[in-house]
Amino acid sequence: MPTRLSDRAALVERHWQAQARVRRLYTVLGIGGLLLAVALSLWFANDANAGKFFDRLPHVLDFTADLVPRDWLEVGRAMFDLPSPYDDGSLKYNYPEGRAYLTASFYIPEYLDQMAITLNIALLATVIGTFFGGMLSFLAASNMMPNRLIRWPARRFMEILRAFPDVVVAGFFLSFLTVGPIPAIAAVSIHSVGALGKLFFEVVENADMRPDDGLKAVGANWVERVRFAVLPQVLPNFASYFLLRLEINVRASTIIGAVGGGGIGELLRLSISQNHGAKTIAIVMLLFGTIVAVDQFSAWLRRGLVGRDAFLAIA
Amino acid sequence: MLTLTADHYAAIAARHPDVVRPRFWSVWRLPALAGGLVAYLAFCWWVFGIGQVLANTNWQIAGSYLVQWVTYEYRPTIAIDRDGAMAVTFPRFDPIGPNPKPDWMTVEHTRMERRLAAPASAGATAGGFMGGGSFMAPAAAPLASADEATVRTEEVVKRVDVRFSADARLVVTPDSLMVERDGETMVVPLGGASVVATRPLPAWAEQKRPGDRIIVAFGLAGWAQIDSDAVVIHRRFPGWANFIFDTNSAFFGKPAGEVLHLLLGGERLDPDRSNLAVAVDDFLYNPSWQHLDVWTKLLETVVMAFIGTLFAAIVAFPLSFVAARNITPNWLANQTAKRFFDFQRSVDMLIWALFFTRAFGPGPISGMAAIFFTDTGSLGKLFSEALENIDNKPRDGLTSVGAAPIAVQRFGVLPQVLPVFVSQTLYFWESNTRSATIIGAMGAGGIGLKLWEAMRTHTNWPNIFYMVILIIGTVFLFDTISNALRSRLTGRGRS
Repeated sequence: MPTRLSDRAALVERHWQAQARVRRLYTVLGIGGLLLAVALSLWFANDANAGKFFDRLPHVLDFTADLVPRDWLEVGRAMFDLPSPYDDGSLKYNYPEGRAYLTASFYIPEYLDQMAITLNIALLATVIGTFFGGMLSFLAASNMMPNRLIRWPARRFMEILRAFPDVVVAGFFLSFLTVGPIPAIAAVSIHSVGALGKLFFEVVENADMRPDDGLKAVGANWVERVRFAVLPQVLPNFASYFLLRLEINVRASTIIGAVGGGGIGELLRLSISQNHGAKTIAIVMLLFGTIVAVDQFSAWLRRGLVGRDAFLAIA
Repeated sequence: MLTLTADHYAAIAARHPDVVRPRFWSVWRLPALAGGLVAYLAFCWWVFGIGQVLANTNWQIAGSYLVQWVTYEYRPTIAIDRDGAMAVTFPRFDPIGPNPKPDWMTVEHTRMERRLAAPASAGATAGGFMGGGSFMAPAAAPLASADEATVRTEEVVKRVDVRFSADARLVVTPDSLMVERDGETMVVPLGGASVVATRPLPAWAEQKRPGDRIIVAFGLAGWAQIDSDAVVIHRRFPGWANFIFDTNSAFFGKPAGEVLHLLLGGERLDPDRSNLAVAVDDFLYNPSWQHLDVWTKLLETVVMAFIGTLFAAIVAFPLSFVAARNITPNWLANQTAKRFFDFQRSVDMLIWALFFTRAFGPGPISGMAAIFFTDTGSLGKLFSEALENIDNKPRDGLTSVGAAPIAVQRFGVLPQVLPVFVSQTLYFWESNTRSATIIGAMGAGGIGLKLWEAMRTHTNWPNIFYMVILIIGTVFLFDTISNALRSRLTGRGRS
């Protein structure tokens, strides 16, 4: 049964209808624009790619056939550098190559050794980032550093460190340093200083300032105020961000390795591009296991440090 | 009221020493941490050989590379033949063009008789692009192949004066070279078998071994390398040479006013096209800066991040409903979906990128697929966590009035989580714009690959800086857009 509206209600109804129409129009336009952008993007990407999507699709998994090892024990042999029964002198089956001998008979398998180097790069970079980021954060926090002349440059400096993609930093260091892990360390550390510094100074700004007032009242200097008033409050959060950054840096140092910084990443890229089946699978399994282990370990520690909120923070 | 005086405290401490004694870890925690840290850093110093690497590093190269990000160089070579004829040549593919007449270099010419012996290299040296503008190569080249020596008169360079700054200059004559800097003078006789200065070298000159080449530094203005038969000048200027128009372009070297005049209806340089079309073409296809190519590659990177994230969100959306405990009360389905997300996240973007680069060939599709696979996992995990944290009352209400399951999700769940979903997706879009550069460098294409290739040559630093600025600008732009959208969605500054 149609309801008869009073004049004023009809006016309201008319306005509401008009607004709903505008809203619907915007929705349709928005979705249409998005679809158009997606279509154009896909066309452009397909055009720019070396292999065309629909030509390649049936063959996408072709190369994985080459990666399947002759038998699955080969993966274990590749991971632990044991000689292969299929050894024909080629690199593909030459697993013992690259053993890192500690004594005449005891060696660390190549991949575990390189994985350890990558992990160590990530850890060292995170430590450096935490140290310098922590120092900068006190200079950049408005509650600890009322002087704009110091705070502003500290913040901009961290922004610049963060802005440079780590590939660029790594490439620059690679251009004049001897090959080795140092370009990767430098790149990952520099980025970490900027990223951690920003997170840290936000933590410092949210600290409770009453202990600081107390210390100021008894005449403590700036370093003492930082050490005894702020640091105890922010340390759990700093530690939590340290662990989060460590997770990110493990991935970053692997990736920098893959573009030429050494470590496990480089080995993975080489073995994928050379179709070394068992070796590739061994490295992928090792990487997967390490990343899962580091993530779980860090999540477990963070749960102890800052409680469940740790899981809401994102990479 | 009870007051604890120092005497009371001492008495308590005497009776119960274990109460007031600080616990072991609260005393030793920080020293232990610091000690462990120092030990770890020392270990790293040793295991990575950091000291050795730093000692062997040529920091001058690093500095010069950094300076090259924002400067360009003229690199004339002053070659001195045995008979004392000199020639100034500029590299043919120099960004400044093959034959500039810079005002910081005075070249004096003379005519002299030369015996061109065959097949001496003298013919090739003399037959380059002469600094004075005389183009002699066609005449000299056939003579060099003749067997007998030829005598001919040629115009050669007899003196070159290069000014690096107001009080630094370098003068080359066939038999000696004189460098002046800050009142100090160094004289090097040329033409002998080795390079030996007449007096001990000043601080700004460097010679690795006696008799070897001498490198003279002029700070930011450049440097010169002195051999007994050639002097290579590196004269540095701030800025990016021919950033807009290359030397091949008709607009090169013209002042801005004249270019503007030509564009706005001056005489046509090319009768078939308007000046504007010529200028745009010259700019986009500028051979040393490759603007169009760089921008196309940048667009590839942006598209990679956009499509990868969007598709990841679209796929993660339904899967997250399956993974959420409170939406799908089926343990097996929850766990399957969650472990699937974990798997995708942990097989890292690096491995996916290498995998898809093999599958699709280098290009944005591979990068897209890598981002899509990684972020389906990450977004799925975040979405399902958001779903598990919703308020269940609206759902209960809808279920109690008999709404269909789809309607329950649409009106009871979606309004609560949609802002979170969109905000997380935007955040990932933004961070993927960065990641796309890096996975590009591994072979997935886009600006990352171009940048990495340029970096490996160690020469194209201005181009590298240009690309870095473009990348940083793009990332900043998307940061701003995504931040603005997110703060509108969630009503606060950051998610």
